[in-house]
Amino acid sequence: MNIFDTFLNGKVFIETLPLLLSGLSITLQLGVVSIIGGLFFGLFAALIHIYGMTPFRIMMKAYIDIFRSIPLLVLLIIVYYALPFVGISLSPFAAAATALILVAAAYTAEIFRAGIEAIPKGQFEASEALGLSYRHMMVDVILPQATKIVIPPLTNNCINVMKDTALASVVAMPDLLKQATQAQALSANPTPLISAAVIYIIMLWPMVQMVSRLERKFKVEDR
Amino acid sequence: MGVLIKLEGVCKSFGDFQALKGIDLEVTEGEVVCVIGPSGSGKSTLIRCINLLEQYDVPGQITVDGIPVQKGKNLSAVRAEVGMVFQNFNLFPHLTILKNIMLAPMRVRGTSDKDAAQRARELLQRVGIAEQADKYPTQLSGGQQQRVAIARALAMEPKVLLFDEPTSALDPEMVGEVLDVMKKLAHSGVTMIVVTHEMGFARQVADRVIFMDEGQVVEQGTPGNIFDTPTEARTQNFLRAVLDH
Repeated sequence: MNIFDTFLNGKVFIETLPLLLSGLSITLQLGVVSIIGGLFFGLFAALIHIYGMTPFRIMMKAYIDIFRSIPLLVLLIIVYYALPFVGISLSPFAAAATALILVAAAYTAEIFRAGIEAIPKGQFEASEALGLSYRHMMVDVILPQATKIVIPPLTNNCINVMKDTALASVVAMPDLLKQATQAQALSANPTPLISAAVIYIIMLWPMVQMVSRLERKFKVEDR
Repeated sequence: MGVLIKLEGVCKSFGDFQALKGIDLEVTEGEVVCVIGPSGSGKSTLIRCINLLEQYDVPGQITVDGIPVQKGKNLSAVRAEVGMVFQNFNLFPHLTILKNIMLAPMRVRGTSDKDAAQRARELLQRVGIAEQADKYPTQLSGGQQQRVAIARALAMEPKVLLFDEPTSALDPEMVGEVLDVMKKLAHSGVTMIVVTHEMGFARQVADRVIFMDEGQVVEQGTPGNIFDTPTEARTQNFLRAVLDH
């Protein structure tokens, strides 16, 4: 057997592709749900962390620090294998989404905090002096400017969440990686694993490129 | 003409430093008041208390048109009546000039898009930069930006305009164009409180000049009183320092 038959076996590739694509569909679903959930809760956490009443701020700070410290795999296993002992049984998808959102939100919150705090104080003062409500100040003045600052790091974070979805295969979720390992076992050939790796790269490479482009673009505009 | 702004015993401390030491002041409708004094004398802090960008200490009291200036649901209403022009313009960089001016009337007063745009164009005409409406703030010179900031404040049709050293961040050749706009406003009857180092402007335009030092009003009167016959030694020293060079 030569290296092509082993790692890049066309017949095995074609046979296992449907399985891989079904896995890809699950991976995409999990990724999108986790990214959106992470953005939403992350923004919420950031606003409370910066502007909330003191006890809530302390709680949010604790949340952000804890979930940035805990390894995602550990959290995922706790959510899936430990929570049933207190009566919370989640499906593999729900467990994976929960763990990913909790961690993504913590990182997202830090990104948003840095973005909002980078807005000069004068922007807040001008908004206040015009009589804008807190909500209008944030929605019309602060967040649009902060968004520009946070888009590159947020996109990076999305890439990380997409990659981390592969960890869900350890809780028996039929995602791309899990399906690839199944297919490898069935066909007794590692081609599906290589295929899965290539699919991950094809999916994420454009996002990686986009981050670089955005970073360059915003740098030019700032001049 | 009634009293529009009233300050009673207003104090402000930053930690151990007392920036304002009991200010009593009344400004009537249509009056143009210039506040002068050395750096750190509390001039900016004073006007920043009037729209509560700085929270003054208890038990001082500030009212604008009879409404107490304090945290709570009246604050936005008070701020809508008090326009402010900052040293560093503080225009919104992500919005066009026109949108900068339209934002507050639409959000705070509920003005329609069309009316706000029309009003914004009128105001830009008034400050002499109608042709810049669709540009972004960074594309304008400092003097033009400050004129936009004045138009933005005027768009709320405030009862009083506060100016916090409006020409201090400008290149010298742009000071004149901003002062000209302010002079026109003053002559059109807008109530103004102007913190400034422009003694020529204060002498020409002010109805009343207030000299502050170390957090207190040292002396106040007509420009003639203050500039030609100051009675306090501190006022005399300050004016000698800024005028004799």
